[in-house]
Amino acid sequence: MSRRVSPGRIGKKPVNFSFDGRTFQGHAGDTLASALLANDQLLLGRSFKYHRPRGLITLGSEEPNALVTIGSGARQTPNTRATTQELYEGLSASSQNRYPSLKFDLLSVNDRLSRFLTAGFYYKTFMWPRSFWESVYEPLIRRAAGLGKLSEVEDADQYDKGFLHCDCLVIGGGIAGLEAALEAAHQGKAVILCDENPRLGGMELFDSAPIDSVEGLIKELQSLSNVRLMSRTTVQGAFDHGVYSALTQNTDHVAQPHKAAPRQTLWRIYSSEAVLASGAHERMIAFDNNDRPGVMLSSALRGYLNYYGVLAGDTCAVFGCHDDARKTVVDLHAAGAKVIWIDTRSAHEPVDGVQCFTDARVVNTRGRHRLKGIEIEQGGERFWLPCDALGVAGGWNPRVQLTCHQGGRPRWSNDVGGFISGTDLPPGMRVVGAAAGEYLQGNWSPVWDVSKRGSAFVDPQNDVTVKDIKLAHQEGFISVEHLKRYTTLGMATDQGKNANTLGIGVLSQHTGNAIESVGTTLFRPPYTPVAIGALAGRARGKAFKPTRLTPSHEFATRQGASFVTVGNWLRAAYFPQAGETHWRESVDREALAVRNAVGVCDVTTLGKIDVQGRDAAQFLNLVYANGFLKLPVGKTRYGLMLREDGIVFDDGTAARLSENHFVVTTTTANAVPVYRHMEFVHQCLAPNLDVHLISTTESWAQFAVAGPRSRELLQRIVDLELSNEAFGFMACAETRLLDGTPARLFRISFSGELAYELAVPARFGNSLMQTLLEVGADLGATPYGTEALGVLRIEKGHAAGNELDGRTTAVNLGLGQMVAQTKDSIGRVLANRDLLANSTLRLVGFRSDQQILTGSWLIPPGRSSEQDNTLGWVSSACYSPNLGCYIAIGFISDADQYLGAQLRAVSLLDKVDVGVSVVSPHFIDPEGERLRV
Amino acid sequence: MLINHPLLGLRDAQEFVYKGDASLLQRPQCESDNALDAFTNYAYLRSNPAGLHQELWYHEQGDRSWLVVTRNTLTHEIVNVELASEVDA
Amino acid sequence: MDYSIFRVVKEALRNHKGWGPAWRNPQPKPSYDILIVGGGGHGLATAFYLASRYGLRNIGVLEKGWLGGGNVGRNTTIVRSNYMLPGNEPFYELSMKLWEGLEQELNYNAMVSQRGVLNLCHSDAQRDAFRRRGNAMLLQGADAELLNTDGVRELYPYLNFDDARFPILGGLLQRRGGTVRHDAVAWGYARAADRLGVDLIQNCEVLDFRIENGVVSGVETSRGFIGATKVGVAVAGSSSRLMSKVGIDLPIESHVLQAFVSEGLKPLIPGVITFGAGHFYISQSDKGGLVFGGDIDGYNSYASRGNLPVVEDVCEGAMGLMPMLGRARLLRSWGGIMDMSMDGSPFIDRTAIPGLFFNGGWCYGGFKATPASGLCFAHLLATGSSHEVAAQMRLDRFVRGAMIDEKGQGAQPNLH
Repeated sequence: MSRRVSPGRIGKKPVNFSFDGRTFQGHAGDTLASALLANDQLLLGRSFKYHRPRGLITLGSEEPNALVTIGSGARQTPNTRATTQELYEGLSASSQNRYPSLKFDLLSVNDRLSRFLTAGFYYKTFMWPRSFWESVYEPLIRRAAGLGKLSEVEDADQYDKGFLHCDCLVIGGGIAGLEAALEAAHQGKAVILCDENPRLGGMELFDSAPIDSVEGLIKELQSLSNVRLMSRTTVQGAFDHGVYSALTQNTDHVAQPHKAAPRQTLWRIYSSEAVLASGAHERMIAFDNNDRPGVMLSSALRGYLNYYGVLAGDTCAVFGCHDDARKTVVDLHAAGAKVIWIDTRSAHEPVDGVQCFTDARVVNTRGRHRLKGIEIEQGGERFWLPCDALGVAGGWNPRVQLTCHQGGRPRWSNDVGGFISGTDLPPGMRVVGAAAGEYLQGNWSPVWDVSKRGSAFVDPQNDVTVKDIKLAHQEGFISVEHLKRYTTLGMATDQGKNANTLGIGVLSQHTGNAIESVGTTLFRPPYTPVAIGALAGRARGKAFKPTRLTPSHEFATRQGASFVTVGNWLRAAYFPQAGETHWRESVDREALAVRNAVGVCDVTTLGKIDVQGRDAAQFLNLVYANGFLKLPVGKTRYGLMLREDGIVFDDGTAARLSENHFVVTTTTANAVPVYRHMEFVHQCLAPNLDVHLISTTESWAQFAVAGPRSRELLQRIVDLELSNEAFGFMACAETRLLDGTPARLFRISFSGELAYELAVPARFGNSLMQTLLEVGADLGATPYGTEALGVLRIEKGHAAGNELDGRTTAVNLGLGQMVAQTKDSIGRVLANRDLLANSTLRLVGFRSDQQILTGSWLIPPGRSSEQDNTLGWVSSACYSPNLGCYIAIGFISDADQYLGAQLRAVSLLDKVDVGVSVVSPHFIDPEGERLRV
Repeated sequence: MLINHPLLGLRDAQEFVYKGDASLLQRPQCESDNALDAFTNYAYLRSNPAGLHQELWYHEQGDRSWLVVTRNTLTHEIVNVELASEVDA
Repeated sequence: MDYSIFRVVKEALRNHKGWGPAWRNPQPKPSYDILIVGGGGHGLATAFYLASRYGLRNIGVLEKGWLGGGNVGRNTTIVRSNYMLPGNEPFYELSMKLWEGLEQELNYNAMVSQRGVLNLCHSDAQRDAFRRRGNAMLLQGADAELLNTDGVRELYPYLNFDDARFPILGGLLQRRGGTVRHDAVAWGYARAADRLGVDLIQNCEVLDFRIENGVVSGVETSRGFIGATKVGVAVAGSSSRLMSKVGIDLPIESHVLQAFVSEGLKPLIPGVITFGAGHFYISQSDKGGLVFGGDIDGYNSYASRGNLPVVEDVCEGAMGLMPMLGRARLLRSWGGIMDMSMDGSPFIDRTAIPGLFFNGGWCYGGFKATPASGLCFAHLLATGSSHEVAAQMRLDRFVRGAMIDEKGQGAQPNLH
């Protein structure tokens, strides 16, 4: 029976909690595991495959068996290690992976079938009948798989991120870490020390010897201003160039956390120097049935006694090959337990009053839900002894995980009897203490497998046994990589901390190959599993990406506009008026208003780039496919920008405000990439040009004022003569509004009507939009959004994002002539590649009485709906209120052949097949007369 | 990763956008006889070494300068950083 | 030695004594008719099809490490044929059909599980693009459905529909898409090829090619020279390193892709979901771990590991898609070397050196291509001409202007 025999180092303050619906009492400072142990609850879980009854085997985060679910609903946390979950008042935990209960689990039948369920068995069967894998076998396997369950509700907690800088990062707060931190601090370095436990001190805390020196070190460190001590903080990864990730637990140990407190904090720590003082953890020995509740590591058996005050059994056995076992024997004996010590070595320093067996080994155990007895083999004889707890001391594994994170491979050390770090450490990192193998040498050598029947568990959670390892080897999976993948050894939630070294040792023993030649696998981040929420931090819900608002957002909101997300922007899609119930009503009205009166649209989101310098024109001449050297001052020109591979990148305009000053526009989507590209051309390709660029997209609010009455409207607002003679088509000017506000005016048109774009500094944008509509009320001024903007440009046949899909060329867009052949420009040469230059694919228009769907494909009548029969696709489509029918634009090959013909616009997805006539894409005013009035 | 910006000192690589091989600095002459081949190789062929690699990074969330970074693609160690505009192409 | 439930039971009852090595470990012969360099998924599949479909027997596969130890052993197991362009889709659809019959063809349970691949869309423009692609899939004989929000909600009610920054407008679903057990693919092809007499030579690194009179005559390896009339290279991220030995520069950059798995959880996600408002995808393995990932880190790398920003990005995508994942834990991360090509599409082609053939440029999408890549590469090696569905996957497509660019991003590998 296991029970509390002393306050340990945690005290006696009572704390109430429940497990699987039963209430218990523990002490403040307990973990869930130690509290359950104190209450003689050894059965804590069921293994993954065989559903064998399991109890804890470790003291901390390496725990493979005691995985429970804490809480419920939005805070339900599955797969929590009971050995690290700190106890708090009212904690509610439940066991996992069992049905209907922990004691009576139906799937424990798998254990009876274990001989059939060996590693890799599923590759050899489940293939017949063919459909059964997906319909029968797999659903059954998936239902049985997994450990804990996620509630399907949004995680109610928030997580924070932080950034820290220091000169020396000490990883681990045991003696070695504390001493290293102190030394660095005395050298004047800024020191951060992280330890994953709630209390600093490392393994010393779990031994019986006094801990004064440890406490002294801690006190001194606490007094230093250049030292930051971080407990409950696990350093998770060692990334390039001295960047480390660390995770602090803030509230999982608190009964009623403050509702604003983040559950965890993910730190990015920048440190050129790191000291890995992570210690070592003990390992098991493989013997038959080494996995029963009550069988644990010897250091755990001793640690639960010394730190938590819990004695795990009345009769405790200790089985080991290592001196460390003696410490456990001494402590258990002093606590009043009957102790049996089984040592594989032939001699050891005995302990008075304790029954010792040397040259002996434990070869089997019995007791289904709790250890009842062990079978000992000595000198060819085998016999059973009763006991209810067993500690195993199979040697130590230095915690070298972080040394591998940049590809360094650990190496076997015969002295240490474990893997220590290789020579290839992350730059700046050194290893000290038990992590470096110190304190671990001695009069001993590893013992791996003493089982008789191979039912010895090497990876306890995944139920990988010695038998599995042997079978894998027999089947040719001889490398460690293959072994791991075939048997799933080391792939459980403990990330191989319990399984890897033992597995390699077992493989070495059975093949006769030295461990050095067996090799090892690498460890990669994270050191312990990290909540996905912690890695996401505050970028949750609406904060996933920033929301960019246009300058007239406030006005649009007041108008009741419906908004649409365009990249990170929120733009008004349309402005419904009273009585309108369907978006088409609003959009049709807006599109008609622009062509018949005047409309105002916020086009701030389109990229704006200010280009200045003596060589500005020459620079633009290089960046655009068409010519810009001779653009007169006061004029704007359409600019076609190609990628270096000759494909159209973006289009926009460039306005020459003065000899050395241009304003370039881009599409909304390409504002950032075009700016980046222009800086590349300047700094990397033409650094000698005297030109400077700056993005001004957010600095200027810009509005399209479009329609036959746009001149009239603007003349009331802008302090500039706007007659056709004074400010003709494509003119531009720096000017002012009548009220003195600085402004820029461009006579450019996306809609095909007489139109302008008016820009003012962004902070005046909202007010300007308001003013334009008020001042233009008698002219029928109407706000319009992205939907009407889209209808108008499709009616005009202007290419936009849908047409510039990253594969289409100037030739495809009908703009082949725009690519000047007599000057160097980005993309000119590669645009002339054979298949590009000679492509017959062209932008055309489609008309129909029925709705045409964007993404339909064009097929000639009478041909079957197959890819080989397609001519092209529809890239943009809408209802045209100005024409009274449905229209679309898109691309077809051999376009001149099909102009005027009937094709089918087919969408198999929607089961739609619509007859369309192929026409010019410029549906309205193809001669461009309305632009030039 | 950290990039030692020649003007600003060590910056987290997250502030930058990566483009590719710094051989892009050697843009061919468009008027040469084999311009098509030259541009095709320039745009599409890469040495892609396992070892030291000169590459272009753009400090988009900083000072918007283009840098030529010499970095070991096996170890990620950065051995040199300079402004692209100052490199003799 | 066939695999079946009967054998599993029989062997279990006789203590598994009858299971032998899944493949031989032969010494390399002095020469072969055809040598495949690279014992990953594509190389092993190629060898298998050369033997099974083209009846060739004198074949060797050279692997520098352990079979299947490269990208085939560390991908996220997704299979799909939801490509748009005619240079790609027929190839991937062929691959899909080969997946569907694979277990029977190999007598190995690769756990081909067609539980659907759903690409979510979050804007009208995105849905339009999906419609174009979905129609292309249907026109080319694959399967596709365009769902609206309700359709998505029916399949996955716990996605973030209400509080999302970029609300889900619908999705493109390929029901025949799904996952396959990646290790099983490598081992299945290896075992099947071995049974047909193909020599699988492990721990044999190709150090150089031997060219005599301008023609390939074999390879220099860490285990000596091995002669061959034809050599097919399928080494993924190591392509440039190897081909540079014969002076061939490739339109490829090697990049790191990270992928992740969570602790095992009870069944949650039956199919594969890709997020449309950020680069993120997720599925759940038969063992219960969530398998997920996102974008490449973005810089050239042969280190097989990446950095923290991508891990954070991926988890932000996870939370944006399924906020309940906050309490699931990322258990394991790994990285591979992706052979990112200049247009995001692969190459299965002869090279300028007669007898030397190249298969690579699979970017991060090589796993789903494994069967078709093997079959098409085998076809090319056996007959000397390209398989119909791989006819456009040529190295010279750039000089001709015949790029196969699904994403429309141009000649910058890290954008594909």
